[in-house]
Amino acid sequence: MNKILLMGNPNVGKSVVFSRLTGVHVIASNYPGTTVEFIKGYMRLGEEKFEIIDVPGTYTLEPTSRAEEVAMEMLTEAIKEEGDLVVNIVDATNLERNLNLTLQLLKKGIPVVVCLNLYDETKHTGIEIDVKRLEEILGIPVVPTCAITGEGIRRLISRLKDARANTYQYEEEERWHEIGRIVEKVQKVTHRHHTFLERLGDASIRPLTGVPIAVGIMYLTFKLIRFVGEGLIGYVFEPIFDLWANLMMKGSSLLGSSGLVHNILIGKLVDGEIDFVESMGLLTTGLFVPFAMVLPYVFAFYLVLSFLEDSGYLPRLGILIDNLMHKVGLHGLAIIPMLLGLGCNVPGALATRVLETRRERFIGATLMAIAVPCMAQIAMIVGLVGKAGARGLWLVFGTLFIVWIAIGILLNLILKGESPEIFVEIPPYRLPYFGALLKKLWMRTLGFLKEAVPYVLLGVLIVNILYALHIIEFIGKLAAPVVRGILGLPKEAVSALIIGFLRKDVAVGMLSPLGLSMNQLVVASVVLTMYFPCVATFAILVKELGVKDMLKSAVIMVASAILVGGILNSILK
Amino acid sequence: MERIDLTQMREGEEGIVVDIYGGHGLLRKLESLGLRVGVSAKKISAQFMRGPVTIRVGNTEVALGFGMARKVIVECKGVANE
Repeated sequence: MNKILLMGNPNVGKSVVFSRLTGVHVIASNYPGTTVEFIKGYMRLGEEKFEIIDVPGTYTLEPTSRAEEVAMEMLTEAIKEEGDLVVNIVDATNLERNLNLTLQLLKKGIPVVVCLNLYDETKHTGIEIDVKRLEEILGIPVVPTCAITGEGIRRLISRLKDARANTYQYEEEERWHEIGRIVEKVQKVTHRHHTFLERLGDASIRPLTGVPIAVGIMYLTFKLIRFVGEGLIGYVFEPIFDLWANLMMKGSSLLGSSGLVHNILIGKLVDGEIDFVESMGLLTTGLFVPFAMVLPYVFAFYLVLSFLEDSGYLPRLGILIDNLMHKVGLHGLAIIPMLLGLGCNVPGALATRVLETRRERFIGATLMAIAVPCMAQIAMIVGLVGKAGARGLWLVFGTLFIVWIAIGILLNLILKGESPEIFVEIPPYRLPYFGALLKKLWMRTLGFLKEAVPYVLLGVLIVNILYALHIIEFIGKLAAPVVRGILGLPKEAVSALIIGFLRKDVAVGMLSPLGLSMNQLVVASVVLTMYFPCVATFAILVKELGVKDMLKSAVIMVASAILVGGILNSILK
Repeated sequence: MERIDLTQMREGEEGIVVDIYGGHGLLRKLESLGLRVGVSAKKISAQFMRGPVTIRVGNTEVALGFGMARKVIVECKGVANE
């Protein structure tokens, strides 16, 4: 099967074109480097079936980052293959810079079609491009598109057959002059006034106005997540589960109110009633935790995050906090893996690829895995610790924040080398396209449910089995010196630490029946966040960091969890 | 005409890039975002305490660390709208 490579500068809409061509939906955002690994899909063109590959963005064919190396490897492979072609996605509002890659691609002698994307934006940016002329000069098809609305995509598909290898002749040293000459012939720029969004863009990266804007946005984000999350819980999910509880009580009496099968399905009754957090049955806790406790917050978080991503704000935030990030050996762009990690540590770990050096990726991944709890865990902590007021929540999240900074500073001191400086393109603000935003929110929410529900159910099942076989008691005794002695927790808390490797949300829920004091809950929540990533994140980290670095990272996690838990315990005691 | 680096430029000031002190790697990196000798650059902002500098080159806005910004020399005529 022949391949079609979608190549282009970062943040020109490759992933959107990919979704349009294949019907496979992938995450697209308004910042460079959303796609860090290549994604495959398929498209039928007449009789032929093509494999479409969404290649990570690249400014040049002389790789300067890991993502660009990946892109280069894919291209080299495609050049060898007869019949493979490249769709070069070009940002119409940045013709000159984008043509740099186009000319380099042409020189490789692979058939190319240029997709002149974001064409709609040229109008209000005062740019006029003579598409026909450009096509003549380059000698390959050039199709203007607006991928987000789907405009021009059909024409792009119909012209794929016209793709041809056309070695555009130019001297390597003269490339920029050559590009200059082309641009002069095909592009007219008329003067225009600054738009509101551009002025807002400037204001949000000037420190005097940018910092207040950032604080305001963070505050609104927080408020909105709480509002949406609590609203969904109070008005949608709790009423549903109240009805569900009645049904389950009937089932409970049918099963005789006790016994192994009853306990696995319904769980243990608390004072003769089902307690959705404590019962630990597949049909009670197993459904209540992912749907009624975690999903509302995950949904709310991704709603806000997706909006921030698509607007183009995140790189600006990165620039504002660049200085702070240098203290922990990272630079401003590392805000992106950290924020994604707040949703789920898995995409957070993958996003560390936006960082240039191995050292940075190690620090970034380790900090995220230790001190950034995922939304599922946050939701459970809020549900459990927050019941008794905000003090406990301040303690948990304040401690994690201090840990994040402290470990970061230490790693920055200990590890050889320096953090490279930030160097990033700042995308223009764009009003998020509603349809695309909903699609992304839907994908992420569905992705959460697909990932979470099976693991939560498995977790609940394992808890029941471990208890039934008295394994938890046994491990509890072994771990008592650490769990009881250092952390000040009852030895049963070890069960949460075991399950935490599978799902952290279930693990936090397992603390509920232990009758812990507020301070013990705080210690347990912090330790559960820090001691180890969940299995899904662990698998990604091994892949990203390599086994050796992952081991180092794991040692830091376990050691710092015990240390911080011990300190917290002795302070709060 | 004054020859200064990007960190010394004032907000809103515009200038032509005349020199970049750096090796092949840095030149290539800057060039990939359109920042090279001969182009016009307008300063948009700078963060406090030697933080990154933001400039506009062509239709692209680029943020670069303080150290990098110091290596890019521009020739300025002063603030454009004064």
